[in-house]
Amino acid sequence: MYGFLIGVGVLLLFSIIWMVYRIQTLVSVVKGSDNKVATGSNKVNAILFVLFLLGTGILMFWYSIKEFDNYQMPVASEHGVITDQLFWITMAVTGVVFLITHILLFIFPYKYQYKEDRKATFYPDNNKLEIIWTAVPGVVLAGLVISGWMAWSDITAPAPEKAHVVEIMGYQFAWEVRYPGKDNVLGDYDYRLITASNSHGVDFTDKNAIDDFPSPKVVIPKGEPVLFKIRARDVLHSVFAPHMRLKMDAVPGMPTRFWFVPTKTTAEMRAELNDPEFEYEIACTEICGRGHFSMKKVIEVVEPEAYQKWLAEQKSFIQQNPALAENLPAEMKELAEIQLSESKK
Amino acid sequence: MATASVAHHDAAVHDHHDHEHHDNFITKYIFTQDHKMIGKQFLITGIFWALIGGFLSILFRLQLGFPDMNLEFLRPLLGGWIDESGKLDPTFYLALVTMHGTIMVFFVLTAGLSGTFSNFLIPLQIGARDMASGFMNMLSYWFFFGSSVIMFISLFIKTGPAGGGWVVYPPLSALEQAIPGSGLGMTLWLVAMTLFIASSLLGGINYITTVINLRTKGMSFSRLPLTIWAFFLTAVIGLLSFPVLFAAALLLVFDRSFGTSFYLADIYVGGEALPNTGGSPVLFQHLFWFLGHPEVYIVLLPALGITSEVIATNSRKPIFGYKAMIISMLGITILSFIVWAHHMFVSGMNPFLGSIFMFLTLIIAVPSAVKVFNYLTTLWRGNLIFTPAMLFSIGLVSFFISGGLTGIFLGNSAIDIQLHDTYFVVAHFHLVMGSASFFGLVAGVYHWFPKMFGRMMDPRLGYIHFWLTFTGVYLVFFPMHYIGIAGFPRRYYSWTNFSFTEMYTDLNMFVSVAAIITFAAQFIFLFNFFYSMYRGRKASLNPWRSNTLEWTTPLHPGHGNWPGEIPTVYRWPYDYSKPGAPEDFIPQTVPLSQTPESNLPHEQELVKLEMEIMKEESEVLVANESKH
Repeated sequence: MYGFLIGVGVLLLFSIIWMVYRIQTLVSVVKGSDNKVATGSNKVNAILFVLFLLGTGILMFWYSIKEFDNYQMPVASEHGVITDQLFWITMAVTGVVFLITHILLFIFPYKYQYKEDRKATFYPDNNKLEIIWTAVPGVVLAGLVISGWMAWSDITAPAPEKAHVVEIMGYQFAWEVRYPGKDNVLGDYDYRLITASNSHGVDFTDKNAIDDFPSPKVVIPKGEPVLFKIRARDVLHSVFAPHMRLKMDAVPGMPTRFWFVPTKTTAEMRAELNDPEFEYEIACTEICGRGHFSMKKVIEVVEPEAYQKWLAEQKSFIQQNPALAENLPAEMKELAEIQLSESKK
Repeated sequence: MATASVAHHDAAVHDHHDHEHHDNFITKYIFTQDHKMIGKQFLITGIFWALIGGFLSILFRLQLGFPDMNLEFLRPLLGGWIDESGKLDPTFYLALVTMHGTIMVFFVLTAGLSGTFSNFLIPLQIGARDMASGFMNMLSYWFFFGSSVIMFISLFIKTGPAGGGWVVYPPLSALEQAIPGSGLGMTLWLVAMTLFIASSLLGGINYITTVINLRTKGMSFSRLPLTIWAFFLTAVIGLLSFPVLFAAALLLVFDRSFGTSFYLADIYVGGEALPNTGGSPVLFQHLFWFLGHPEVYIVLLPALGITSEVIATNSRKPIFGYKAMIISMLGITILSFIVWAHHMFVSGMNPFLGSIFMFLTLIIAVPSAVKVFNYLTTLWRGNLIFTPAMLFSIGLVSFFISGGLTGIFLGNSAIDIQLHDTYFVVAHFHLVMGSASFFGLVAGVYHWFPKMFGRMMDPRLGYIHFWLTFTGVYLVFFPMHYIGIAGFPRRYYSWTNFSFTEMYTDLNMFVSVAAIITFAAQFIFLFNFFYSMYRGRKASLNPWRSNTLEWTTPLHPGHGNWPGEIPTVYRWPYDYSKPGAPEDFIPQTVPLSQTPESNLPHEQELVKLEMEIMKEESEVLVANESKH
C-alpha cells in the first residue's frame, strides 16, 4: 500500500515539475526572450557565482578551524615533524593561490556579465604577463621541491647502524612481526619453507635465525632509530603507521625498508590525548583483497629501559616450538639446544 | 597549388552527392562512416557507461556513509553479493571500486570524451569532409563497442568482475586464490581493455592524420582552434602510451595463463608456495603508470580544449595567450611522459628515482598554472554570457585549480609518504581529472548540441543541472581532503577496525548524501538531452555567434559536411569584439580584405597576399564552370 502511495506521489511530483517546465518554456517563447543574446537568467547566474563564493568560503573556513584537532593527527616521529611542517607550508602557499584565483574566478562573472551596450576588451596576449606567471610559480615550486627533496633524502637515507631491526611481513590479511634477537641480525628466510608452524618461512639452518623471535605486536623504544624491514608473502600490502608518518609497500620478492625515530611513548601519547585507550596502529594501504580494511597491528612505543627488559623476556621461535630444530644439521642443532637449555635456567 | 586544391574540392562535392543517396538505416546509424554519427555513437555509449559508473559509486557510497544500513532492497539487483544480514559483500565492494574506476577513466572520460568530440569536431573545425579514414573510424567505434560488451558482461559473472583496483596491480590481479575477481572477471577485463586499446589507437591515428593532412585552405596550425590542438595532442599522447599498457597487460596475461614470472616472485598463497621466482610487481607499476599518468592528460586535455573554445566564445573575447596556451599544452604533453613514478614514491622503488620524479612532477604544475591564469585573464573585461556550456567551463576551471593545487602536495615525495593512498588522493584526482574532465564533456555537449541534433537544449534545465552538480561535486569531494589528512586509507570497506579512523561517520554520511543528490541531478541532464533531441527548440545556424567553421555548415550537415565547396579560412578563430568591427565576432571564413575597419597593422599587410590568392582562385572557378 505504502509503495503504491509513494508511486502516486512521485508521479504527481513529476507531473507538476513537467507542467512548470512546459509553462515557463511557453512563457519565454511568448516573451521572445529566446531570441535575446542574454536573458535575465544571465544576471541570476552571475549573482549565484558570488553567493557560491561566499557560501562555500565561509563553510570551508568554519569547518577547517572547527575540525582542526580532529583531522590533524598527532605526530610521533622525528621525520614526521618535518613532513608535517612541509605539509602546512605547502598548505599556506597553495591556500593563498586557491583563494586569490577563486575570488577572481567568481567575481569576474559578476563584474563582467553581459551588457548589451558594452563591448569586451580585445586583449589577445601579453608576453610579459605570460613570462611573469610562468616564472613566479616556477620559483615558488622550486622552493617547495628543494625543501621536500632535502627531507626526502634524509628520510630515505640508509638507517643508522645501531637501529633496532623489526621485520614486518604482510599476508592476507594480517601482519606478522619478527625480531632479530640478541645479534640484531634477522635470519634468512625462504617462502618455500613456509609451513603451519613456520609462517615466516624462517630458514633455521642460518645461525642468525636461532635467536629470532616473533611478537604479537611491534614494540619499539622511544628516541632510538628503528628500522622496519618490510616484506610480503602473497600480494602487495603497504605498511602505514599514520602517527609515525610512515608508509612503505610490502612487495613479494622484493624486501623494502623504512627507518624512523619514535618520539613519544604510547603512555605519553595517552596522556597527551587524554585517551587511555590510545594505541599506535599499523594499517594496510595497498589494496590486497577481501580483508584489506582489517589488517591491524599495534605498535607499542616504550622507554628504552623498558624495551631492553621486554627484549630479554622474549622467547625465540625455537624456544617456543623446539620441533622447529628437529631437522637441522648437527652443529646448528647444538646451537639451538644451547639456547633451549638457557631458557630453562 | 591553389589550382590543385580547388579542383580537388570540386571533385569531392560530386563524390559526396552520389554517395549521400545510398544511405540506408544500417549504413547511416550503425555501421556508419560519417564522423558525426560516430561521434554521437561514442557519446551515447559514453552516457550509458557514465550512468553505470555513477551508479556503482552510489552503491559503495551507501556502504561508506551508512555502514549499518540494511541493503536487502538491493538483493533483486545484486543477488548473492548482499549477504544474509543485508550487508554488501567486502569482495564485491572492491569490485565496485575497481569497475567504477575502470569505467569512468577509460569508457567515459577517454572514449566518451575524446571519442565524441575528436570525431565530431575535428573535421568540422578544420574544414574537412570526414576523417582521413572513415572505415578505420568505424572500426574504432566497433572495437570500443565490443570492449564495452565484454566489460559489461563481466559485471554479471558468478565470481564477480575484476576486483584488484582499476590499476590491477599484480600479484593480486594475477592470482585467483587471492581474490575471486582475479579469475574470469580479470580475464574479461584484460580482453576488454585490449579491444579498448585497439579502438583508441585506431581513433588516435585517424585524428592525427586528419589534423595534419586535411585542414582546409588557409587553416594553418596557427589558426587551429584550441579544441583541435587539444584533441591532436591528446591523440599523440594516446598513441605513444596505450601500447605500453597493452604490453603490461600482455605480460600479465602470460603470468596468469602461461606460467611466466614477469611480475610474480616468492609467493605463498592458498596454502602453497608458487613456483614463480624472479619477477617484479614494481615492473608492472612502472609499465602501468607509463600509460596511467599520460592517461590523466588524455582525459583532461580535450576538456581544457573545449573549455578554451567555450570560454572565449561566451566571453566575447579572444582566448588570452593563444600561443601560450599551445605551448603549455605542448609542455604538458611532453612532461606527461616523464612523471609517472610519482604514483610510486612508496612502492619500494629506489628513493633516488623518487627525487628525480618529484622534480619533474612539480615542473608540470607550471604549464597548468599558466593555463589557469590565461583563463582568468580571458574572463577579465569580457562580456560574459552564461550559457550552460559557459557555466560548466567556469566550473571546470574551478575544479582544475582546486584539484591541481593538491597535486603539489602529492607530487612532493616527502609529503606523499603520509598522504599516499589516502582519501586526500581520492579528493585530488576526482576534482582535477574526474570532475574537471566530466565538466568539459558536459560543456561540450551543451555547446555543440545544436550542431549535433539541429535543436537547442533547454538552458534553464541546464542552469539547474549546473548548480546542483557544481555544488554537489564540491560537497562530495571537498570533505574528502579532511578525511584524507586524518589518514583514512582508500578502498576500505569500513572504518571500524582502527581507532584512528573511528570518526567522521557524520562526514562520510554527508558525502554519501551529496553523492546521491549529485547523481540524481544528472537525470535532469539526461531528460534535457533526449527530450531536446526530438522536441527542443530549432537551433539557428550559429546560435552562440561563434567564429569556428562548424557553424558555417547547414543545420543538419550531410555526410561531407558542406554541400558546396569547403570554406576557406582567412583568420584565427578568436576574433571576438575586435575594435572597429560592427559585430562582436568575425567568423574565420571572412577575408581580411572585407574587414579593413578592424584589421590590425600586421593583418593589413596580409590583405594584399590574400587578394592575389582569391583572384587566382576565382579564375580557376570560372574556368571550371565553363567546362560543365
